[in-house]
Amino acid sequence: MGEITILHYLVVAAALFAIGVVGVLTRRNVIIVLMSIELILNAVNLNLVAFSRLYGLHGQVFSIFVITDAAAEAAVGLGILIAFFRNKETVNADEIDLLKF
Amino acid sequence: MFFLDHIWMVPLLPALGAALMFFFGRSLSKRAVSVICVGVVVVAFLLSVGAVWQFTHYTAANHHAPYEKSYYTWLGSGTGHLTYTGSGERPAEFRANVGILLDPLSSVWLLFVTGVGLLIHIYSIGYMGHEGGYYRFFGYMNLFMFSMLTLILGNNYVLMFVGWEGVGLCSYLLIGFYFQRKSASDAANKAFLVNRIGDAGFILGIFTIAWYFGSVQFTTVTEIARAHPAWLNNPVITLATLLLFVGACGKSAQIPLYVWLPDAMEGPTPVSALIHAATMVTAGVYMVARSNALFVLAPRTMMVVAVIGASTAIVAALIGLVQNDIKRVLAYSTVSQLGYMFLACGVGAFAAGVFHVFTHAFFKALLFLGAGSVIHALSGEQDMRNMGDLRKKIPTTFWTMMVGALAIAGVPGLAGFFSKDEILWQTWSAQHGTYRFLWYLAFITALMTAFYMFRLIYLTFYGESRVSPEAEHHIHESPRSMTLPLILLALGAIFAGYLGLPRSLGGTNRFEHFLAPVFEPGAEALRAAETASDPGVPVGTKAPGAAEGHESAEYVLMGASVLAALGGIFLAWKSYAKAQKDYREPIAAASPPLYDVLYNKFFVDEFYNTVFTGSLKLGDKRLGVMGASEFLGDVDRTIIDGGVNGAGWLTRFSGRMSNVWDKWIIDGLVNGLAWVTSFFSYVTRLLQWGQLQWYALVMVVGLAGFVAYYVWR
Repeated sequence: MGEITILHYLVVAAALFAIGVVGVLTRRNVIIVLMSIELILNAVNLNLVAFSRLYGLHGQVFSIFVITDAAAEAAVGLGILIAFFRNKETVNADEIDLLKF
Repeated sequence: MFFLDHIWMVPLLPALGAALMFFFGRSLSKRAVSVICVGVVVVAFLLSVGAVWQFTHYTAANHHAPYEKSYYTWLGSGTGHLTYTGSGERPAEFRANVGILLDPLSSVWLLFVTGVGLLIHIYSIGYMGHEGGYYRFFGYMNLFMFSMLTLILGNNYVLMFVGWEGVGLCSYLLIGFYFQRKSASDAANKAFLVNRIGDAGFILGIFTIAWYFGSVQFTTVTEIARAHPAWLNNPVITLATLLLFVGACGKSAQIPLYVWLPDAMEGPTPVSALIHAATMVTAGVYMVARSNALFVLAPRTMMVVAVIGASTAIVAALIGLVQNDIKRVLAYSTVSQLGYMFLACGVGAFAAGVFHVFTHAFFKALLFLGAGSVIHALSGEQDMRNMGDLRKKIPTTFWTMMVGALAIAGVPGLAGFFSKDEILWQTWSAQHGTYRFLWYLAFITALMTAFYMFRLIYLTFYGESRVSPEAEHHIHESPRSMTLPLILLALGAIFAGYLGLPRSLGGTNRFEHFLAPVFEPGAEALRAAETASDPGVPVGTKAPGAAEGHESAEYVLMGASVLAALGGIFLAWKSYAKAQKDYREPIAAASPPLYDVLYNKFFVDEFYNTVFTGSLKLGDKRLGVMGASEFLGDVDRTIIDGGVNGAGWLTRFSGRMSNVWDKWIIDGLVNGLAWVTSFFSYVTRLLQWGQLQWYALVMVVGLAGFVAYYVWR
């Protein structure tokens, strides 16, 4: 096995990102969609951490911010979702269409 | 001081009786009604006698102070909500208490109102025994007693006004007691409306006093007025007293407001005796006497009072000469005697006026109750043309009425002689003869009084019987409950006068002495003011000092009034003592037009109808005051209302225009803009199909597109 280069990281991150995007676009359950968004964010984190090896610690600091942001976003998202569930008794994305023309 | 401390029960007991009749009267038996309603008046009378007796001790021990007690503040509470600025920038607060004032003046009224009232209540048991609405009658009577006693005992003008209105209401209710008769309900309305005119004057007088004196309490107002002798001829006080006298004119049936009293005879006879002869109609005299401190400061008002009193006396006596309804004769006699009382007040002899009120209460109640007994005996006949020769058939009624007639005619030895003579003497001597011209009117009235009273006696009890055959069968002496009050009142009509036996006849005039604390201080203060200023000013007060020197003149006048009385009786005897079935009125024989004018009461009712109520019509428009008010009403409806309505219409029209502009032009602009926007945005709106994940896909594809573009550019 050769040395683990930055490329490996980027490949893993790209894979995570792709999985996340596919999850966001295809899954009906909004909870899964939220989890997929977490995957996308973590792909970004992985990129930041990987590049911090070349360009200093800024990337790692940013990844901390992103984690915080992710937690906040998850809390707000789940909160909205619970409130919505109380009204419509569903968490399916295709049934959330109140703004439809 | 039990009675004095519980004097508040005197008005409240009849109120209780009235309340019981109001709530339970319908279900009570006649016996129970009599026991309750007469019982409360008996207790009230006994309490009054006790209270006056204790009052004489109280006042003797307190330098002639009146007994006054306020129970609570009724209007105005010391919270400063009813404050105003009185005359001379003095701050004042409108405040009326519920309180009692017992002084010699109210004592006199208290005694004869409860006493005569009691006798009339007893009489009513017999008189109203066969009538429907027995409990209603007694309820009203008790309510009347309550109001009258409130009027008498109240310690301020406002409370007096409450009683004043209360007696007016009871008068209305009792005149209209036989309400199924149109004439009775019309008479009740007339009495109520005419009294309203007087009451308007009275209440304006109260406001004037409240404004000028900062108080409505009798003692305070009297005190302030007596402390300012310099207020003689003060215009505000003159105005206030004139307004008060307007009220007195209404209640006590003086010209020009006397027209209601003769019509008030539509009520049951005990009502006429109690309300329209003995008590209520003397309320005006009471009010004037109560305000004597103000009246003596307004000599011009005094002159008005004296002239109106004397004119009323003679006008009513003239009308009374020719009336045929027995009760109407007595009604005009009452108006005439009330004129005497006001004449006395006007010349400053308040005590003489009050004395006449006192004696008049006895003999006039007696005469009315006697007339009621006659009517009762004749099954409701009131026309003297259908009477005659009754003296043997109803002897008790005859003898008691004889006493009453002798008393009112002024035959020496009976009550009316002393009081009427006192008034005549005071009119002659007051203020060095200023009012002597009124004495002639009063003297002729005295002669006419004797004439019409004995016309009544002779037509009713002497001559040939003109009674209809049906009524002839039923003639019977009245039951004991009716004759007993007659006898007691007759005793009063004989002996009440001796309370005021004048000095010239060896008496001490105890009555005037008793009233002195009420009337003397003002007279003294004014005598001082009179000597200090111009002695020629006519002051509305008598000067007793001057009276002492004229004893011989007093004897001459006394002889003259005795001659007048006897002359009147003689003339009546000559004309009527042997009245046949088709007897002729001597006045009609002497001068038919004069008889016509007198018989039609000087056409005053017709005059009032023409001038005020507008019986005269031009086309379908009324004339007179009513017509004028209707014309003003039309002006109001067409021109004033037309202006207002036109302005309203114009406003509405311009509003509607503005509405159209706003709705179509302004709103049209805004809505049009919105419509244009929405029209052009239709295509873009179609993209909003609501699928969240499709939006995300579009984003991702777009992002990918951009990335691809920048990477492979």
